[in-house]
Amino acid sequence: MEFTPIIGLEVHVQLLTKSKLFCGCANFFNPDNPNVQTCPVCLGLPGSLPVMNREALRLSQKTAMALNLNLAHFTKWDRKQYYYPDLPKAYQISQFDLPFSYDGWVEVVLPSTGEVTRVRLIRAHLEEDAGKNIHDESGRGADSKVDLNRTGTPLLEIVTEPDIRSSEQARVFLEELRLLLRYIEVSDCNMQEGSLRCDANVNLHVQENGEAIPTPIVEVKNLNSFRGVEAAVEYEIKRQSKAWQTDHKRLGEVPKETRGWDAERGLTFAQRGKEDAADYRYFPDPDLVPVITTDEQFDEIRATLCVLPATRRTRYVKELGLSVYDAGVIVDQGREFADYFDEVSTVCGDGKQTANWLTQDVQRELNERKIQIGEFAIPAAVLGSVLQRIVNGDITIKSGRDVFTELLTRTDDGKNVSVESVDSIIANKGLGKEQDTGKIDAAIQTVIDNERNAKAVEDVRSGKHQAVGPLIGQVMRDLKGADPGSVRQMIIDKLMS
Amino acid sequence: MLSPEDVQKVATLARLKLSTEELQQVSRQLDGILDYVAVLNEVDVSNVEPMAHVADVANAFREDEVRASLPREESLSNAPKTDGKYFLVPQILETA
Amino acid sequence: MDITGSTTGQLLKAMQSGSVSAVDVTQAYLDEISADGETIGAFLTVNSEGALAVATEVDRKRSRGEPLGRLAGLPVAVKDNICTKGLATTCASRMLENFVPPYDAHVTTQLLNADAVIIGKANLDEFAMGSSTENSALKVTRNPWDTDCTPGGSSGGSAAAVAARLAPLGVGSDTGGSIRQPASFCGVVGLKPTYGRVSRYGLIAFASSLDQIGSFATDVTGAALLLETLAGHDNRDSTSVDRPVPNYSATLEQPLTGLRVGVVSEFFGEGIDADVDTSVKAAIDVYRSLGAEVSEVSLPHTKYAVATYYLIACSEASSNLARYDGVHYGHRAEQFENMIDMYAASRAEGFGAEVKRRIMLGVFALSEGYSDQYYLKSLKVRRLIRNDFDLVFENVDVLAGPTCPTPAFRIGELVDDPLKMYLSDICTISANLAGIPGVSIPAGFSSDGLPIGMQLLAAPFEEETLLRAARMYERETDWHRKRPSLG
Ligand SMILES: [Mg+2]
Ligand SMILES: [Zn+2]
Repeated sequence: MEFTPIIGLEVHVQLLTKSKLFCGCANFFNPDNPNVQTCPVCLGLPGSLPVMNREALRLSQKTAMALNLNLAHFTKWDRKQYYYPDLPKAYQISQFDLPFSYDGWVEVVLPSTGEVTRVRLIRAHLEEDAGKNIHDESGRGADSKVDLNRTGTPLLEIVTEPDIRSSEQARVFLEELRLLLRYIEVSDCNMQEGSLRCDANVNLHVQENGEAIPTPIVEVKNLNSFRGVEAAVEYEIKRQSKAWQTDHKRLGEVPKETRGWDAERGLTFAQRGKEDAADYRYFPDPDLVPVITTDEQFDEIRATLCVLPATRRTRYVKELGLSVYDAGVIVDQGREFADYFDEVSTVCGDGKQTANWLTQDVQRELNERKIQIGEFAIPAAVLGSVLQRIVNGDITIKSGRDVFTELLTRTDDGKNVSVESVDSIIANKGLGKEQDTGKIDAAIQTVIDNERNAKAVEDVRSGKHQAVGPLIGQVMRDLKGADPGSVRQMIIDKLMS
Repeated sequence: MLSPEDVQKVATLARLKLSTEELQQVSRQLDGILDYVAVLNEVDVSNVEPMAHVADVANAFREDEVRASLPREESLSNAPKTDGKYFLVPQILETA
Repeated sequence: MDITGSTTGQLLKAMQSGSVSAVDVTQAYLDEISADGETIGAFLTVNSEGALAVATEVDRKRSRGEPLGRLAGLPVAVKDNICTKGLATTCASRMLENFVPPYDAHVTTQLLNADAVIIGKANLDEFAMGSSTENSALKVTRNPWDTDCTPGGSSGGSAAAVAARLAPLGVGSDTGGSIRQPASFCGVVGLKPTYGRVSRYGLIAFASSLDQIGSFATDVTGAALLLETLAGHDNRDSTSVDRPVPNYSATLEQPLTGLRVGVVSEFFGEGIDADVDTSVKAAIDVYRSLGAEVSEVSLPHTKYAVATYYLIACSEASSNLARYDGVHYGHRAEQFENMIDMYAASRAEGFGAEVKRRIMLGVFALSEGYSDQYYLKSLKVRRLIRNDFDLVFENVDVLAGPTCPTPAFRIGELVDDPLKMYLSDICTISANLAGIPGVSIPAGFSSDGLPIGMQLLAAPFEEETLLRAARMYERETDWHRKRPSLG
């Protein structure tokens, strides 16, 4: 049987505001201390009223810009009505017909094929999160517990077109989205803590007699890991293709099904709907007023955007000559790492050299010390200065490593290091390359005159230039630092003349 | 005319448990009211924008500042059932 | 001094001069309340201790020469749908019978900052849904002019308290006439400000886009004074308007020269009681005699106001009242099968018939397949109704007419006919749909001795004009000085 999986994602992202969307309660993950981040507004107490957090809207609009979404100048709030114990007002303040943004896209690269694909976005809207229900899992039917700490947290809902064609693409899309949201610092996207959650809509287009027949759409709810998204989608594709072979049910012949994902058992299971008859009865929230944003305000927000991951990858490859792989490694480390890379490579003027050092020497230190780049003690300007000397030929790579090690020793002793520290290390350790041709010439002469080198000298003279290697090594050792290329040329010139 | 099924569906959406007599009574009264509001059919509203807000206000924001929450005892003080930390509700069945 | 027979102005003066203390004043009203027993039954909670404590504090501050608020020592009856921290706030519903808010409404804070004395929480129709206070699940309130009649509603408790001199001032809320209609029925002044003039924070919502808090007093001066205290921008209510609050009481005595009064012909339509017709027309003649330019005007969409109102109000109410599900506060049923059943059983037990009826209508009007025909349509007609007002206010300063087509009706008379009850709000409802301010002032009595109110309406935020126009009339008449003879 031949079929194409059709997948669309709905992603919920908690925004990094200090306070909740409609009240002043603190917005942070605090599951061990239930019902302490609550007030009349987020408890939905009679008489309380919501007032919108300006920063939540700003972060949302910033996100929309990064996701290539169109921004609406006029937007408003609607009530989405359903009953659940974690939703104290029995409606969620959300956006219905006039979301603040619509029609965007995210570009993702498939690791398996290297193919560049574009996932279109239908919209992103802002809404309030619900609280948390904790169920008794003993099977004894004890009461469920309700914690409203999370109620009212600003939540961005991002809805894709059903453009995704594989479980791999679903995972990569989500990874790229998370990377992007972290770059622009709108969310920490911590999936364990639920600040990034995903629902997947999956069905198949089955090819039969030259016709593509859509199967019923299934929504898999609350996927909270990248692996979970990939596995759940893969499971659904297999399950649905089997189902098609047995029941031949087409889209529209059965109601849309909602399924849960059991990560432990690795399967999806049928879920009972929240509302026996789902009818959200959306209508404009009369307690909130519309939001109007001007072009000038959009420009101000746009100015706060950083260079996005995809743009950086392309630039590193095209402008700095990095391999696609290295560019990916650097960008995927996150915004701080990439910013560090940018600064070092600007100072030293060589992207490849910078990439080598960052993905090897620096990364090794970070791993050993179990720290992030933000905590790394050598400032980008200082490392850039070390690399710049290598690139300029002032010191050798080996000397560069010595300087690097010494810089780390100094910082481990609690000292600050600067470009001047680099100068003093090179001077103290005599790591600078010898520039005085008279001295170099004298050193070469000493090596040539050494009896032990007679055979090598003779070989070079007779045209076997590869024999020059050991001679260069001895000269270099004597000089502590010199440019090996010019030493080589000087030895050959001397012996051949 | 609303059928008893229609009215029951509304009652379900409204989360109101109504007895058969209540359903019949409400059904009659709703019919009466819907008959009455049918007067709006006379009004030509083509080219009229709906008016959701009467106050001419937009962009009412608060700054992103943390304000004191209620102490937990006060948040739970009106709860019909609580263990002192959580609101308690009868078991919610999530899986069928 | 006859404390409870005095106006707010007289009481303030007496307390300032030291001839009576705030405690004397509060005690006098508390005595009246206990003497009333349940004859009028205006209060659901009498805040005796709290009131005396505030009064004592006012006297202490005064004795030390500390600054005092505008309402220092004046008792106020607060409608029981306005949150008072630590003091039961029930909405006259079984659902919230035991609800004690952990916070104060904005107007409660304003009252306390003004050193007012909250003497008690006044009865109302359950969740402010009704026009007679008969829908209170907790108590019957009677009209002080005839205890067989209703005080009107939904702010019937506040209106009856002021009329029966159980409090000199009352705070109410008005969604479709719930201040003006009971003021009219009880022969007192009742003022509904412009939508957005007073913060709704802490007012337990009935219909958010229509609800507005306002004032009751025996005279226009008292109502103006109380509005000054209640009004003003509050950043906890997004619909609260950020405009300065004029000093209404200071300009009150200035007559309006060249006042243009529009008489709304639709408000004198079929069903109007003959005594009401006569009294209100006579009241309008008083304006003529004062040199006002009186003209007849038309609000052509008035005919659609009641239908529009019930669709919008019930739609919003169905959503606003969804939160009462027995989970976080409020009544929870004891018998239920599962969680969904717990919701439905708790709500069925906690709400009275009228509330359920309106929730059902609202859910229906918003439901899939019907919302365009009912809810959306009503929002469009609402704009046409507002446009009518904008047009007439280009040519007149205030509109005048009856507050209600009839004087107070008898208890039980309309309970079984919700539609007829709804239609009694015909003159008041349009002001809520348009968001404009309105006031009902005493304008005579029926042949049965029941009060008749005249309603004045003005353009948005023209409360100052509205109050000055009301005071112009009041100065020429003494209806407001009449007191019911109780017991
Ligand atoms: Mg959502
Ligand atoms: Zn809160």
